[in-house]
Amino acid sequence: MQGRMIEMAKKLLGDGTVNRVIGWKKGEFAYDITPAVFENAEEIDADFVYDDFCGHNLSKYLIKESKKDGKMLVFLKPCDTYSFNQLIKEHRINRENVYIVGIPCEGKASAETIKEKGISGITGISSDGDNFKVNTIYGDETVAKSDVLEERCTVCKSKKHVVYDELIGEDGEVNENSSRFDMVAKLENMTADERYAFWRNELSKCIRCNACRNVCPACSCENCVFDNPNSGVSNKAAVTSFEENMFHIIRAFHVAGRCTDCGECSRVCPQNIPLHLLNRKFIKDINELYGDYQAGEESEGRTPLTTYTKEDCEPSIVNERGCK
Amino acid sequence: MQKLSMEKLDELFRKMSEKQAVYLPVDKENGAKFEKWSEGTKMSQALNTIRSAKDFIFPQTENLVDFKVNGKNIEVADTREECEDFVIFGMKACDARSFGILDKVFLSEPVDTYYKNRREHGVLVTLACTKPSETCFCQTFGINPAEPEGDVSTWIADGEMYFEANTEKGKTFIESISDMLEDCGTEKVDAQKAKINEIMRKLPLNNLKTDAFGGDKLNELFNSPKWAELSESCLGCGTCTFVCPTCQCYDIKDFDCGNGVKRFRCWDSCMYSDFTRMAHGNSRNSQLERFRQRFMHKLVYFPANNDGEFGCVGCGRCLAKCPISMNIVKVMKALEG
Amino acid sequence: MTNETLIPKIGVVTDIRIDTPDVKTFRVVTPDGKKAFDHMPGQCAMLSIPGVGEAMFSITSSPTNTEYMEFSIKKCGCLTSWLHQMEVGQQITIRGPYGNNFPVETDLKGKDLLFIAGGIGLAPLRSVINYVRDKRENYGSIQIIYGSRSKDDLVDYDEIISEWMADEGIEVNLTIDREQEGWDGHVGFVPNYVKELNPDISKTVLICGPPIMIKFTLGALKELGFEETQVFTTMELRMKCGVGKCGRCNIGNKYVCKDGPVFRYDKLGELPDEY
Repeated sequence: MQGRMIEMAKKLLGDGTVNRVIGWKKGEFAYDITPAVFENAEEIDADFVYDDFCGHNLSKYLIKESKKDGKMLVFLKPCDTYSFNQLIKEHRINRENVYIVGIPCEGKASAETIKEKGISGITGISSDGDNFKVNTIYGDETVAKSDVLEERCTVCKSKKHVVYDELIGEDGEVNENSSRFDMVAKLENMTADERYAFWRNELSKCIRCNACRNVCPACSCENCVFDNPNSGVSNKAAVTSFEENMFHIIRAFHVAGRCTDCGECSRVCPQNIPLHLLNRKFIKDINELYGDYQAGEESEGRTPLTTYTKEDCEPSIVNERGCK
Repeated sequence: MQKLSMEKLDELFRKMSEKQAVYLPVDKENGAKFEKWSEGTKMSQALNTIRSAKDFIFPQTENLVDFKVNGKNIEVADTREECEDFVIFGMKACDARSFGILDKVFLSEPVDTYYKNRREHGVLVTLACTKPSETCFCQTFGINPAEPEGDVSTWIADGEMYFEANTEKGKTFIESISDMLEDCGTEKVDAQKAKINEIMRKLPLNNLKTDAFGGDKLNELFNSPKWAELSESCLGCGTCTFVCPTCQCYDIKDFDCGNGVKRFRCWDSCMYSDFTRMAHGNSRNSQLERFRQRFMHKLVYFPANNDGEFGCVGCGRCLAKCPISMNIVKVMKALEG
Repeated sequence: MTNETLIPKIGVVTDIRIDTPDVKTFRVVTPDGKKAFDHMPGQCAMLSIPGVGEAMFSITSSPTNTEYMEFSIKKCGCLTSWLHQMEVGQQITIRGPYGNNFPVETDLKGKDLLFIAGGIGLAPLRSVINYVRDKRENYGSIQIIYGSRSKDDLVDYDEIISEWMADEGIEVNLTIDREQEGWDGHVGFVPNYVKELNPDISKTVLICGPPIMIKFTLGALKELGFEETQVFTTMELRMKCGVGKCGRCNIGNKYVCKDGPVFRYDKLGELPDEY
C-alpha cells in the first residue's frame, strides 16, 4: 500500500494536480510516526511511510493547510473522511484546496499497548497481517495485532470512505455490528454512585495538557473558552476537582452532534483517560432519541441537535431516563 | 556495600514508613506511578514511572500565599509549613539527575523556599535500571543508569537488593535501616553494572551526540530553517513539558475562594499561546516560536547559563507520550544534520 | 521560615495623579508610612491586587526619594484597569526590587546624557533623570527629547514644565505627533525630531518607548553617527516570578526580569530577535 501511495503522490505532484502532500513521516523506531507535509519526490522517497502505526487523523491539519496557497494532497483513512466531511459542513476547510486520496485501513496498532505487554528495547516491528514480530535488544517477541489495536479500531464503525477524489483499493462497508456502545451501556447500567466513582477516578488523572482538545477535529474554535484569561477558569492547572471534571464534560457537550467518534482524544491522552466514552454517550443518546445519526456522514444538512421537529422528544426525557 | 533479600522488601518499607513517608513506583492500570507505601503496596518492576519524580519537589499546583481582602485593606498570610520527611524509593538515574538540574533553577539566588523545604526533607534512594528501553538516551547526557546518583544507590541482582550511600543524608538513612542489612562484597553489583552497560551499548539511540549544541551556538541554531518543518504538526498540547522531569516553567495565578484569595503556582508550558501573552502583545505568536523555545531552552539557553549542562536527562518520556511523536531526539538529529 | 521573594508586602496608595487620559501615577508606601524598599534607577517591582493579577512595573520615582515610590501606569489590561479605578487609601501588594538598573554609578558617570522617550516610556527614564538631577555633579550635560501622541498624552507634564525645563542645566525638547490647538511646540515623530535636533554624538543615550519608536530612533541615531555601545534601552516581556525562574521573559538565554530590563543596544543585538 505504501508503495502505491508514494507512486500516486509523486505522480500528482509531478503533473501539478497538487503542490504539497500531507501524510506520515518515518521516525527513529518502528512506530514513532509524525504527520508531515512533503513538498517534493525526494522528501517522499526519503521519509514517507504508511503502516500499522499511522493512526493520526490528518483531517484537522487541513483547517490550517487548506488556507494556504496551492492544493494539498491528503491521504485519508475511512474514519478520517468522516472528520473531513464534518469540517466541510462547518466551513472550516477550503475543499477546493484539497485533493483526497482514500486509503484502506485494517485497524491501527498502539505502540503503547505493545509496550504495556512488557516489551522493551524495540528495534524493529514487522507484520504478517495477523501478527507483529517485534525485534528487541532482549530478543524477538510475537504479538497478535488484534491484541494491540487502538480501542477505536477494535470497534471500527466503518471501512467506507464518505468523501474522496480518488481511492486506492476497494471501498469498504459501514460496520452495522460495531460494538462501540457496549462500554457506554455498561456505564449506563451502573448505579449513579458507581458511575460517579468511575469518572472521578478517570478524570482525576487529567493533567490539563489540552492534547485532547488540540487534536480534536471538532474542537476547531479559533479561541477556546478555556484559554480566555477572563473566563474565571484555570486553563492549565487542575486547581479544583470541579474544573478537572467540567473541562471534559463541557468539551463533550460542545462537540455533541459533531463528534464523529474518531477516537483521537483517547489516543493522544497522556494519562490514558477513556475520553471517547463521554462523546459516545452523547452519540448513543442522539441515536436513541432522534434516530440513528453519524456525524460526518454527510457534508451538508442540519444535525439532530440543530433541527426541530414536532416528533422530537420532550425535554422531560432527561428526567425520565435519569430515573431509570 | 550492604544487601537485603528482596523477600524482605515489605518489611523494609514497613520499617522505613515508621519514620517518614515512603514513596515508590507502583503498577497502576496504565503504567507505573509513585505512590505512598502502605501495607500491601508492591514496588513496580517497570522501567520507569509515566510521570517523572519532579512532582515531589515541584508539584503541579501548590499554594504560595493567602490573602484576605477587606474593603481597601489586604492581609497577607504566609501559609508555608515545614514539609514532612519523605523517601523517594526506586527513582531512576535520569530522574535523579533531573533534581540536580532543577536545583540549579530553584536553589540559585533568590532561593525558592517552597522547593528548598521539600528538597531538604526528601531522601533519594535510586535504583539501577535493569531493562532500559529504546527510548532511553540518558547516556547522551553523561548519565549512567548502572551508577544512579542520589543519596543512596541500589541495585537488584539475583533476588537481592544492594545498597550504597552517596551522601551524608544517605549514610544516616542507611544507618536507620542497618539492622536489616548485611555487609557484602561488590562482586554481584559489579556484574550487574557490566550487564547494564552491555545493554546500553545496544540501545538504538546510543549514538546521539550533543556536539552540535550548547550556549555558543545560540544564534546559529535559533535561526535554523528547520524549525518550520519540525514544528509543523505540533499540537501545542504541552504533554512533553508535563511529563518532562526538567521542565520547570511555572505560572502564578490567583483563585478567589469567596472568603479570600489563594495565590497558587502551577506548571506552565512554553508550548501554550498564553505563556508569553501580554495585554499589548505576544513575543512568541506562532507555534514555531513556542516549539523552538522549548528545545532552545534545553539545548542552548540552559547550558549557556549553567556551565554547559544540558536541560535534558534522556528519560524518553516525551518520546513515549508525544501524540505526534515529535521529540528532542528528532530535533537534535535534524539540527545537527 | 526564611524570606520568600514570591510572598509580597503590603503597600498603601497615598496619592494618585492623573497624568494623561490613560496614565496615572500612584504613590506607594508601606502601612507604617515608609518606603517599601530601596532600588536603583531602571529597576522594577511586582504590584498586584489579589484576585485580579500581578504584573511588573518600572519604578518611576528616583532612588533619591527616600519617602515613597511612584509608579506611572498606563491602562491597558485587566490589572491596570483595576489600578486605575482605585482610590487613595487602597492597599495593594508589592515585591521587589527586580532586575538590573541603568549604569548610573558606572558607565553613565561623567557623561553627557541624552534621554529619548516616547509615551509611557518616560516612566523608567524619569527615575534616572531625577536621580541624575539630584547628583548633578556626577554627570555632564542633560538633554531630554520626549514625544507623545498629543499634549494630553505627555506623562508628568507638570513636572517637566515646572522642574525640568526650569532647570538651567537641562535642555528639554518636547514633540507631539500631530498639530493640536494650544500647542506651539514641535510637531512630528520622535525619530525625525532627533535627527532635526542633531545632538552631539559624544552623548550617552537612554531610550525608552514603544518598540517601533525605539527601532526608528535607533536608526536615526545611527545615521547621526552614534554607536550601539552608546545606547541603553529597557525591555518588557510577560513576567510572573520576577527572578528568572518561571521561564517566560527570556530573549535567548537572558531573562528580562533578572538580566534586564536595561540592555546596552549592542548586547541586545547579540540575542535572537524574539521580543
